[in-house]
Amino acid sequence: MSVDNKTVRHIARLARIALAEEQVEPMANELNNILDWVRQLEEVDVAGVPPLTSVVEQRLKMRDDLVTEGDQADALMANAPEAEDHFFVVPRVVE
Amino acid sequence: MSASPERAPRLIRGASGEWEVVIGMEVHAQVLSKAKLFSGASTTFGAEPNSQVSFVDAAMPGMLPVINRRCVEQAVRTGLGLKARINHVSVFDRKNYFYPDLPAGYQISQYKTPIVGEGEVLLDLAQGQTVRVGIERLHLEQDAGKSLHDQRPGHSYVDLNRAGVALMEIVSRPDMRSSEEAAAFLKKLRAILRYLGTCDGNMEEGSMRADVNVSVRRPGAPLGTRCEIKNVNSVRFVVQAVEYEARRQIEVLEAGGSIAQETRLYDPRAGETRPMRSKEEAHDYRYFPDPDLLPLVIEESWVAEIAASLPELPDDKKARFMRDYGISGYDSGVLVAERELAAYYEELAKSADAKLAVNWLNNEILGRLNRDGRGIADCPVSAAASSAILGLIADGTISGKIAKDVLDIAWSEGGDPATIVNARGLAQVTNSAAIENAIEAVIAANPGKVEELKLKPKLAGWFVGQVMKQTGGKANPQVVNALLSARLGLSGEG
Amino acid sequence: MPLPSSPTDLTLSEARDALRTRAISSVELTGAFVEALAGARALNAFVTETPERALEMAAASDARFAEGSARPLEGVPLAIKDLFCTKGVRTTAGSRILGNFVPPYESTVTANLWDAGAVLLGKTNMDEFAMGSSNETSYFKPVANPWRARNSNRTLVPGGSSGGSAAAVAAHLCLGAMGTDTGGSIRQPAALTGIVGMKPTYGRCSRWGIVAFASSLDQAGPMARTVRDAAILLKVMAGVDAKDPTSADAPIPDYEEGLEGGVKGLRIGVPLQYRIDGAPPEIDALWAKGVDWMRAEGAEIVEVSLPHTKYALPVYYIVAPAEASSNLARYDGVRFGHRAAEPRDVTDLYERSRAEGFGAEVRRRVLIGTYVLSAGYYDAYYVRAQKVRTLIARDFAQAFERCDVLLTPTTPAAAFALGEKTADPVSMYLNDVFTVTANLAGLPAISVPAGLSENGLPLGLQIVGKAFDEQTVLRVGRSLERAAGFSAKPGAWWKAA
Repeated sequence: MSVDNKTVRHIARLARIALAEEQVEPMANELNNILDWVRQLEEVDVAGVPPLTSVVEQRLKMRDDLVTEGDQADALMANAPEAEDHFFVVPRVVE
Repeated sequence: MSASPERAPRLIRGASGEWEVVIGMEVHAQVLSKAKLFSGASTTFGAEPNSQVSFVDAAMPGMLPVINRRCVEQAVRTGLGLKARINHVSVFDRKNYFYPDLPAGYQISQYKTPIVGEGEVLLDLAQGQTVRVGIERLHLEQDAGKSLHDQRPGHSYVDLNRAGVALMEIVSRPDMRSSEEAAAFLKKLRAILRYLGTCDGNMEEGSMRADVNVSVRRPGAPLGTRCEIKNVNSVRFVVQAVEYEARRQIEVLEAGGSIAQETRLYDPRAGETRPMRSKEEAHDYRYFPDPDLLPLVIEESWVAEIAASLPELPDDKKARFMRDYGISGYDSGVLVAERELAAYYEELAKSADAKLAVNWLNNEILGRLNRDGRGIADCPVSAAASSAILGLIADGTISGKIAKDVLDIAWSEGGDPATIVNARGLAQVTNSAAIENAIEAVIAANPGKVEELKLKPKLAGWFVGQVMKQTGGKANPQVVNALLSARLGLSGEG
Repeated sequence: MPLPSSPTDLTLSEARDALRTRAISSVELTGAFVEALAGARALNAFVTETPERALEMAAASDARFAEGSARPLEGVPLAIKDLFCTKGVRTTAGSRILGNFVPPYESTVTANLWDAGAVLLGKTNMDEFAMGSSNETSYFKPVANPWRARNSNRTLVPGGSSGGSAAAVAAHLCLGAMGTDTGGSIRQPAALTGIVGMKPTYGRCSRWGIVAFASSLDQAGPMARTVRDAAILLKVMAGVDAKDPTSADAPIPDYEEGLEGGVKGLRIGVPLQYRIDGAPPEIDALWAKGVDWMRAEGAEIVEVSLPHTKYALPVYYIVAPAEASSNLARYDGVRFGHRAAEPRDVTDLYERSRAEGFGAEVRRRVLIGTYVLSAGYYDAYYVRAQKVRTLIARDFAQAFERCDVLLTPTTPAAAFALGEKTADPVSMYLNDVFTVTANLAGLPAISVPAGLSENGLPLGLQIVGKAFDEQTVLRVGRSLERAAGFSAKPGAWWKAA
């Protein structure tokens, strides 16, 4: 199962990373290099083995239902490349 | 899973024969909680933009989700209200996609192992039929933010106040067969959620939204291809959307075409569904368990605690009303649709006759509320006041007609009914002497009519009316009838 | 205690004493490091230097000493890997995509340090988003190893991803540094620069405020000149955090106590599978020496087997990129960081901002991660990798029934030259072969400088312990440090004239 150029373009779109056409094939080669190497995991007998859910042996801790954060629109906007009236601004989204 | 056997098939007649509509729904219900699902930001509606956003909600670097216990509790409570299985271990998964109202580029949701499993909702339909709609599952997930598109041409403005609010996604089985059933399902589900206090069901404000799946098939055939109509935000629009979509699909199929599986939006102004502009190509959400969150473990003892705190739910309340108050299934169904309405009724039924109370509530109270566009929760006349009015009718202090006037006064000006009656002298006249005087006055003024009465017994009613007028409407009608009959020698009609 | 020729040659522990006895003031000590930093720019160890803030903090520490309210790390100047969000101080994660991001919040671990009185010297250079083993993927150019091979002028890598922190400690530009370790990113650079680096148990330190790479593997840890110094830092860093649900509720012992306890009666496991074909013989030779030292100190040596060791790297290079592909989705030019100019639409905004903002290794790993999670491949790659991870964790659990800690080499080779391994990503990945297992199993591990390679470069030995048993790991590390007596120093080729 190696990746072809079409798959690379599809993955790049899923990951929202622009790939110039001349970058597609080199990337396919790089990905195949890595995938060929990790494929050795197919040798392992994993019958009846559960996937690791967590290395930490404990319960999921919960928080109380209290309002403890917010009211910080200025801090939120401080790093925004484009903001107006406490909104983040992006090119128009068509729904 | 087939529809319940008692249900009469509701088929649509097409050009080439009959068709059956199959409807399923995914309802997104915002959880009633003070803070969001994974952060401590507030959930209140209508705040200044980006003022209720934690750094976690904004997906700033290094931020981590911490789950709100109350939201988990509300999901369990809802599951119990849906008579569903509570899963003691459930897993949060990341649903990965890019959209400006989703700052992390993924939504924390639940995929393979949701918090609640299979349950059911019973629908009460018009002809007294009951239809069972299966619930597939309920899971917790984050809501997304909101974008405004009309602030600056060519741009969208993103507000993350709603991002991270807890949603319960409630998925029904495709058990509905008509727009009526779809509406009944949504109303019943909303009633259950409001009874439980887990969601306010306010579709206008967006705290409850429905994605409706519609397909059509020949009766007995396998399921057809379905289309999903997203984010329908009123029961009325659900009905319209289902009816339009069913007809659209039937037309396509009868013309020899096939239904493309797609996502559509309902446009209420045009009265039609349209395909959504494709957000992107076929979604590959790449679900995987969120590595920041351990599996959620819910102790049976906690579930039992929550179960013990459940209020009486609509179905049980309806059954009890029918049994204890002897009122009809239809009337009970109307009363239990809103918890506050049922509570109002029970207050009335403590002292008044059960059926009189139903009529009073339906005709007088609900009538005025509808006229004023108000809900029972802010009815200007309390159940106690209504009880008082019914008591004044029962003990003969006022007539039924006067009672309505008293109600109108209390409605617009407030005040205790007994006080209103006394202050305005609205008490019925039951004093025989006074009524006899009024009868004499009427007879004296209308000798011709008295003669006519001998030929037309039905004129008795006219006399009653005149006596009532004479007493300013305050005479007790029963007493008037009795005395008039005696005085005029009537046979007791009227 | 007489001060060495320069206060920057003190260990953290020695400096702590000198500050307490007022043999030196905080301002003096911090000033010495600020100066050292300024003269070491050839190493490129720092992305952001904070000399004004450092001196302000030092002055505040001196005030505390004066009024007798000194805290555990009062006046101790530290360097912080640029993956930790520091409030009011630019944080880059070694990437272009964070732009001039100035966090409005402080990570829990660094907050612990400042609350204990430590002083911030600056943010250190690192592989971009912690993805790398040589600090060559940084947007801010590579870091140079303070060490050079005997008779050579070639610039070597310090290892990665915590290359800047390692170089800063090794070149005496700070008393200690923060690093993070996802596949070996503290231990490997520590070994290549001749310092001590420790990765605590997963969950021992909070991840809140640390730019996430791979959530189930990332862990903050101390990098310092001695094992004692590392223990001092860990005591302050560690602790459960309500804001990080993956942080553990484990009690924090006094890590300094019992450091000198020795290894008598301890069972030290030596795993068969850590002998790699093709590794330079000096690696095995040093390992054998380490075993001898421990035996001589009274430890019992036990041969153990970790049969799934060879699969650890492939597992890591599926799981880590998968988690990273999701964690890095938030870098999109909308709320902070780099934004492409004049985007045509939202998709173009995302695609170009990310293509421009992410370097080659990050792009590669995000794409691999996206692929292994995608429809049709999720079960074959991601789920299978997580199952093999379970087997790796079980290997350790079984081994630890027969021993208390494991002793292994830290790296398969000494530091290599810049550009030597960048052509083939997989050959770079093999640097982590001995370290990545501890991340997959969530176990604590330390690298201690133990010897020199043929051409005079530092080599490290690693101790891996049971979950939450940092105390034993530190104790054995200290014994190793004592036995090795590593005292070599890099020639200061990088000091400005």
